[in-house]
Amino acid sequence: MKKISTIIQKEWAEVFKNRLVISTVIFMPLLFTAIPLVMLYFTRGASSEELTSDLPQQFFQICPEGLSGGECFQVYITSQFMLLFMIIPLMIPVNIAAYSIVGEKTNRSLEPLLATPITTIELLTGKNLAAVIPAVIATWLGFVIYIIGSWLIIESPDVLSALLDPMWWIAVLVLGPLLAILSVNFSIIVSSRVNDPRVAEQVSAVVILPVLAVFFGQIAGLFFINRSLILLFSLIVFIVDIGMLYIAVRLFQREMILTRWK
Amino acid sequence: MIKTSRLTKKFSSGTDDGALAVDDLSFDVREGEVFGFLGPNGAGKTTTVRMLCSLIAPTSGTAIVNGFTLGKEDQQIRRTTGILTEIPGLYDNLSAEFNLRIYANLYEVKDVAGQVEKYLRLLGLWDRRHDEAGTFSKGMKQKLAIALALLHEPPLLFVDEPTSALDPEASRLGRDFIAERREEGRTIFLCTHNLDEADRLCDRVGVFKTRLLVVDTPTNLRSSVFGRNVVIHLVRADPQMASDIQAMPFIKEARVIDNKLLVTLDDPEIHNPEIVRQLVASGAEIQYIGELRHSLEDVYLQLVKNA
Repeated sequence: MKKISTIIQKEWAEVFKNRLVISTVIFMPLLFTAIPLVMLYFTRGASSEELTSDLPQQFFQICPEGLSGGECFQVYITSQFMLLFMIIPLMIPVNIAAYSIVGEKTNRSLEPLLATPITTIELLTGKNLAAVIPAVIATWLGFVIYIIGSWLIIESPDVLSALLDPMWWIAVLVLGPLLAILSVNFSIIVSSRVNDPRVAEQVSAVVILPVLAVFFGQIAGLFFINRSLILLFSLIVFIVDIGMLYIAVRLFQREMILTRWK
Repeated sequence: MIKTSRLTKKFSSGTDDGALAVDDLSFDVREGEVFGFLGPNGAGKTTTVRMLCSLIAPTSGTAIVNGFTLGKEDQQIRRTTGILTEIPGLYDNLSAEFNLRIYANLYEVKDVAGQVEKYLRLLGLWDRRHDEAGTFSKGMKQKLAIALALLHEPPLLFVDEPTSALDPEASRLGRDFIAERREEGRTIFLCTHNLDEADRLCDRVGVFKTRLLVVDTPTNLRSSVFGRNVVIHLVRADPQMASDIQAMPFIKEARVIDNKLLVTLDDPEIHNPEIVRQLVASGAEIQYIGELRHSLEDVYLQLVKNA
């Protein structure tokens, strides 16, 4: 454990001196938390039936009973942006891992590090946790701010209850960390092939595409996020995480790093 | 300290044969000696060091490092060896002290604070301990890298090109470092292109080009490659003098170059007086006599050329 915590301390001491990483870790969660709150603020008290005229018909099937058309509209609009809480745990690890691993490569500090009696698993766990922990904390803090903001903005207890549906708790508390693990291991795989942290960051950013697809699919009314879908996504990401970890462990073998990494 | 037997490393390259980096390497490094590992670029020196530090696995063959078997007791090998690479590989954004603390923890040093302070003071970096390593000069970075390699007090040190790309002052520091570690009784495995450095520091050297060509002391290598040469400066050299000397039974070769007589023989300490007597008897006027010392570079180039 001491070696893992040493790696985490080292990673944080290094990457948090990078302004780009700091701004990503701080400002992106704030921005992504602010967007649904702003939407809530401007749609509060919505009661006109006209507001619901543009809603996809399928949405009414999942709109909780007892809500007016205007309240349904508020839940619909805000739910669209809840997916931003799934982008935070994907983007932050991409930044941290890209700078930490490519930085080690360009600095040629990996060989002395690998010459120490640290195991591959300890090193990979340290690197993973150093990227996952800030992402999860930032996501959870953002969600806490969202809950407090919602409570202050929304007058209807039914709307508040709909927005704080348990599926979003599952999404933030379970799916979020799983996505962060997916993201960091994907970044490790990408970082092993490139020598510029910006390139690693840009290539790794494709990991958010599935979430964007869900985001736009929902906007287009193709489907709506519900508890079953969140659980299904969690299961899929969990399985993909296992595959990504397997590849990352293979890539993090000393011989692979020293002889195959570019 | 190190004993290898038929150590071989072949990198898979997509072809059937692969790239043979190290072939059938068998040698030993004795406790407390400075062993020079010499070879041209791409000869497989770094691959050998990486295998012996258990960073990469051999394709075949065995090695015992510090009493531990390569491939079976790799963690113990890493705990008991230090490595000083050509590029220090420091974390430039972190302070000197933080750099050392990281490695002290990873090497499982018991008294982290004590060891870090010991080496920072020993290498004259204590007053700069809070400064980022990136602000250090090359020489200071080299000192910090030295401290990283020694924090866990390894009995065996691998040193890869310690003075390449360094200015004379920093190079001197690297050489002094090796000499001091030898005084402490540590074993040093030195990879270098600097043959003058190897000549001055190494007890024995191995000349390597994918295969090990030869291992011996620098003095013995000179003798085996060039023989021992005595150069006799004369007021006026005559080819007949060379013929007379050549006729002596213990002489391998004698020839005149300008006004110098160059004689190759096995044991000048014993036979020089006879040569001098012969020359004086034939009327030669000797200005002075001395042994021609070939540089290790000459020896190395001759060995590599013939490989």
